[in-house]
Amino acid sequence: MTALDTFREETRSWLEANCPESMRTPMPEREMPWGGRNAKFPNPDTKVWLDNMASRGWTAPEWPAEYGGGGLSKEQNKVLQEELARLRARPALSSFGLWMLGPALLEFASEEQKKKYLPEIVKGEIRWCQGYSEPGAGSDLAGLQTKCEDKGDHYLVNGQKVWTSYADKCDMIFCLVRTDTTVKHDGISFLLIDMDTGGVEARPIKLISGASPFCETFLTDVKVPKENLVGELNKGWTIAKRLLEHERSMISGMGMGAGAASMGGMEAIAKENFGTDGEKIADTSIRQSIADHKMDQQAFGLTLRRASEEAKAGQGMGAAASMFKYYGTEVNKRRFELLLDVMGTQALGWEGEGFDSKELAVTRSWLRSKGNSIEGGTSEVQLNVIAKRVLGLPDA
Amino acid sequence: MALVLTEEQTMLRDMAKDFFTEQVPVTNLRKLRDDADDLGYDKDVWAQIVELGFAGILIPEEHGGTGFGPMGLGIVMTEAGRTLAASPLYSTAVLGAGLILAAGSEAQKSELLPKIAAGDMLTALALEETNHHNPANVAMTAEKSGDGYKLSGEKKFVIDGHIADTLIVVARTGGAVGETQGLSMFLVDANAKGVTVTRTHMVDSRNAALVALDGVEVSADAALGNIGAAYTELENVLDLGRACLAAEMLGGAEAVFDTTLEYLKERKQFGVIIGTFQALKHRAAEMFCEVEICRSVVLEALSALEERRNDVPRVTSLAKARLSEAARLITNEGVQMHGGIGMTDDVDMGLYLKRARVQAQMLGDSNFHRARYAELGGY
Repeated sequence: MTALDTFREETRSWLEANCPESMRTPMPEREMPWGGRNAKFPNPDTKVWLDNMASRGWTAPEWPAEYGGGGLSKEQNKVLQEELARLRARPALSSFGLWMLGPALLEFASEEQKKKYLPEIVKGEIRWCQGYSEPGAGSDLAGLQTKCEDKGDHYLVNGQKVWTSYADKCDMIFCLVRTDTTVKHDGISFLLIDMDTGGVEARPIKLISGASPFCETFLTDVKVPKENLVGELNKGWTIAKRLLEHERSMISGMGMGAGAASMGGMEAIAKENFGTDGEKIADTSIRQSIADHKMDQQAFGLTLRRASEEAKAGQGMGAAASMFKYYGTEVNKRRFELLLDVMGTQALGWEGEGFDSKELAVTRSWLRSKGNSIEGGTSEVQLNVIAKRVLGLPDA
Repeated sequence: MALVLTEEQTMLRDMAKDFFTEQVPVTNLRKLRDDADDLGYDKDVWAQIVELGFAGILIPEEHGGTGFGPMGLGIVMTEAGRTLAASPLYSTAVLGAGLILAAGSEAQKSELLPKIAAGDMLTALALEETNHHNPANVAMTAEKSGDGYKLSGEKKFVIDGHIADTLIVVARTGGAVGETQGLSMFLVDANAKGVTVTRTHMVDSRNAALVALDGVEVSADAALGNIGAAYTELENVLDLGRACLAAEMLGGAEAVFDTTLEYLKERKQFGVIIGTFQALKHRAAEMFCEVEICRSVVLEALSALEERRNDVPRVTSLAKARLSEAARLITNEGVQMHGGIGMTDDVDMGLYLKRARVQAQMLGDSNFHRARYAELGGY
């Protein structure tokens, strides 16, 4: 028996013993384990499962053990994920700290910062949000203006952040701030701010799809300890770019196949609404649109697969992240527009009688999908990135 | 199977690429066109293709081929498409070899496959009778006549018809026009009595022909596959043809995209390189995504054929539909982005544009394959 087999055996029996039964069922939205100082656990098993996993560092399996991580190798982590999948176990922790900040800290933070922040993330004790965009700095993120002044023993921060997901529920924010106004990219720093500090205020934003996790965050004369600067002063853009890559790859895979799938597929709905001619959807135009869309989806899925196979074979597809962000989000938007055509008025209910919950969810998802090609870099920005980095087309 | 090439396949691709780029550049097609060449292909080039083993690429070694399979064949077709190489590869190495392999008797295989691999026999599939691809729309009749059959009717868009030694004719021994049952295939000597082949001149300067059969007598052993039940094998090989056409179109689309991208980096207007204009940058980036998508669907279709998977019809329809549309987009953009010179015959853009439209019609355009994809999906 190899060491990996032993590891699998041990992992399997540990998970069997430590994963509560209710954590092996599909997770309702309200039981998402976000952690944090004010974490709520409507299902107490969520807390048990989180603590059990965190005790092994398995919420962050590949982070070094000295920072609270699992210290597992890639191969061991693969085994762990397979065993978790076998149990259909829920994720023990959902966290921007795990997905975004942690990897950046591991790469760019000081030893002291790693020792302080990483274990908190692993245990889900601190909930993080991201302070990047500003009202005047969207696609042109590096144009951000939130001012950070050196006041000797502390920094003083003034400005406004927007699209700060869950800011009203978070404990800490990782922020891009301007520390030099005379240069653009080289005047940005990466700062960690406690949301409980005086002068920090988060207000939720209501989207066209209704309530949302997004907030506006106002920073007024916020005093931040100097040890909260990550990396060198004015070198924050390097960290920001690294984090954006993570974000883009997260969004491109988002929501693919959802929506209609929950309703038994677009074809089935079309057959019901338009009738059939033999097996075929009787409305030729709708039938063709569905086929076109299915082909787009299949072709896109194949390209994702090819990219991962090429990466494994050590070949790069190049700027794949931008291509997938662009193509994936555009396909997703088209899917919802088509679903509206297929469902007719049943996809246009807002609330209340006359619509079932799945239909109402389609309405909201359709509206929410409009944001997919804006957040994390608009489609236009992705096309710029492809033109510049892959195709080598010159700047004006 | 993976969507990345194996080491062996990469070597084959590099060899094919070198060969077509160096020995069969686009000027080869121009010369055939401008000389109004009788054959419409270059015999020396074909001899080299045979020498490299490409004519027998589908054919197992026991029958004199190189046995690389559909993936190898598709790789070669892509490189041929990149330089618009005019040769009997498609009519003979893809469809001819494919049909004989799929439907032929042991005797037919032993006799004919080595000839194809050696470049001693050219074939042409005489299938279409209408303006759009429709393999069941066959009215040509094959009536029992003595021990054999008597064939009558007319075929069109027979690729390489006027250079073929042997026509593979799809005719009806039963059933009605539009039905898949009752179809049979026959090997017909192009010089047989009653056969009239008229070369047509298509916009892509490649070979196609009208074929009229007027009571052509063939013996019983001229039948390829089962009498009245040829459709299944025919359809399987048509899928091979579709995947290979998609592969060939991929080569053309890549060539147009690469050339156009170079032009965007050279051409100056208003005192600047036109590639600095965002209106062109975004369209170039969209074409890049389209080419990447095309590579994936072509590789998937070839993989499915290689593995004889159940979803061959679905993924070949996906590939043929996608490439027909992508090649339309990319060749149109190629002409547009080249501006006035893109309209001139001196520049190759027009040749790729013309070829892409003919390829789109071969074995089904995007409408045909979209409908087929939907039908196979049960809607």
